[in-house]
Amino acid sequence: MVAILTNPKFLRSALPGISFLVLLFAIFYLQPRAMSYFGMNLMLQYAVPIALATIAQMFIITVNDLDLSIGPFVGLVACITATYLHQSPLLGALALIASIAAYGALGALIQWRNLPSIVVTLGMSFVWLGIAVMILPTPGGKAPEWIKALMSVKTPYIPFPVIAAAVIALLVHLLLMRSSFGTVLRGAGGNPKAVARAGWSLMKTKVIMYSMAGFFGVLAGLSLVGLTTSADAHIADRYTLYSIAGVILGGGEFVGGRISPIGAVLGALTLALAGSFLIFMRISPDWQIGAQGAILIIVLALRALINRREG
Amino acid sequence: MISVQQLFQKPWIWSYVGAILIWLATVIFTSGQGGGAIISAALSFATFTVIVGIGQMFVISTGPGNVDLSIPANIALSGVIAMKVMAVSNGMIPIGIAAALASGFLVGVFNYSLIRLLKIPPIIATLSASFLVISSAIALSHGIKIKPPTMLADVATVRYFGIPLLAVIVIGFAALMSVLLSRSLYGRSVLAIGQNPRAAWLAGIPVEKVRFATYVLSAVLASLCGVLLAGFSGGAALNMGEEYLLASIAVVVIGGTSVAGGKANVPGIWGAALFMFLLVTMLNTFGASAGIRLIMTGLIIVGVITIAGGDEV
Repeated sequence: MVAILTNPKFLRSALPGISFLVLLFAIFYLQPRAMSYFGMNLMLQYAVPIALATIAQMFIITVNDLDLSIGPFVGLVACITATYLHQSPLLGALALIASIAAYGALGALIQWRNLPSIVVTLGMSFVWLGIAVMILPTPGGKAPEWIKALMSVKTPYIPFPVIAAAVIALLVHLLLMRSSFGTVLRGAGGNPKAVARAGWSLMKTKVIMYSMAGFFGVLAGLSLVGLTTSADAHIADRYTLYSIAGVILGGGEFVGGRISPIGAVLGALTLALAGSFLIFMRISPDWQIGAQGAILIIVLALRALINRREG
Repeated sequence: MISVQQLFQKPWIWSYVGAILIWLATVIFTSGQGGGAIISAALSFATFTVIVGIGQMFVISTGPGNVDLSIPANIALSGVIAMKVMAVSNGMIPIGIAAALASGFLVGVFNYSLIRLLKIPPIIATLSASFLVISSAIALSHGIKIKPPTMLADVATVRYFGIPLLAVIVIGFAALMSVLLSRSLYGRSVLAIGQNPRAAWLAGIPVEKVRFATYVLSAVLASLCGVLLAGFSGGAALNMGEEYLLASIAVVVIGGTSVAGGKANVPGIWGAALFMFLLVTMLNTFGASAGIRLIMTGLIIVGVITIAGGDEV
């Protein structure tokens, strides 16, 4: 038993869950009233869009890239949702499909010219923001009723955000970790040359992974507008950082296709809780971002320690 | 004497060609009005981009994955520290600058220690560090903008015959950095590591020491930019570094430095910084909305990197 518990491999995969639980119990200790259906719902509300954006980022990280544009992209989706999708659903749906296609095309471009993803996505972040500003120059718009209804659904016993997060984690886990196709997709990050030699097209895998990222980015934007009920071009600027941090907290490696969808969702939940935790700790808002950075660095340090033991 | 043909084989020439073409288009549009004023403004604003761009260039040149994302936070923190220490007193300027540079040095050391000790990619390390850095800046300033001492503001904004003094100094500094890159042991080591870190290590280059120096150099230059920017814009604002994340990377790429590492040049950074400013000026003159300006800025960067290509496989 002790041997299993101190096994580096076990420790590493348990780290996301442990950090989530530690934070959760710390919050319950500081504020016992948070330990309720209502409290959990309130604290984890925004975990759903953050989890979806984190999954989007995870698809990109799987193929050894990094997406610095996911925040503005979620913002753009939010703007489209609160305007076009509300006024003329067909046009809105087409615009959202086009933005997923644009993500796929970016993947193709990056693979074709062997470009550094951070430069391309950093440039694209300005494009997304620019389009969003043109659609919605000032904060406003209105969320379609059905999304609002979906995001405020009252599920029995277990709050909706928890159920939604579990469903997202499981679905992506089945797709990426349990299917043979998912193995190929991850392999494209682990050893691209071997995957190419085995007859799979790297171009195809990259386009699929970027399209999946676009798809989950769209879901993140939809769910975010469902919560905020109106949109703004800058509504999700911080999601770029959240999504990267979520993947890291969830135990994803930056190279080699080593990722964990369940871990990534747990990482997103941890981030969402971190905000509440810092408020309950009465940490000045000035240090909120810094405290999140510190949590990241501590988790990375723990992981470095575990990895060293694995040798 | 360099012939025209040789000149056009330099990777950095295209940023200047682009800058001149965009300037011409703007001046033709305004039928010749304000051409000089535009150049003068371009020199002023490009100066700051060049300072951080040079630091970013050295970092990017050490190979794929190396990039400093803490520059914006670092600019904000250094600006705040400098303005706080100077407290609107001319006599405190040197001490304020020293304090800001010291903070930059520490940020650089912190960045490198994260990369080295936690064995994480520089992108993640500098990003995590930037959270702490920007938080320190927020906590120090409480969002209050402190004015710079008059002498610092004067030096940062003075022009002779329309040419900003600061631009002249930074042109000289860039020349110095160009020599450092291509003639010094340090610069040669950076390029060697960028081409093949293992070969560089086997050849006896102290790889880790050079990388340490590179991250510290980038951070110190970002600090310097923060101090000057605060002097130039009438105080240290927390968001004044934001645009320099994209700008610092963009000028390196547009200037003809290879993002795959190992190939770099300094002149291109000046050309690219002028190009970026003139582009925004041109779109403004044409009456483009904020949205169009953002879209064009993004598309040009993606376009340039697509044409320049990544590393050859």
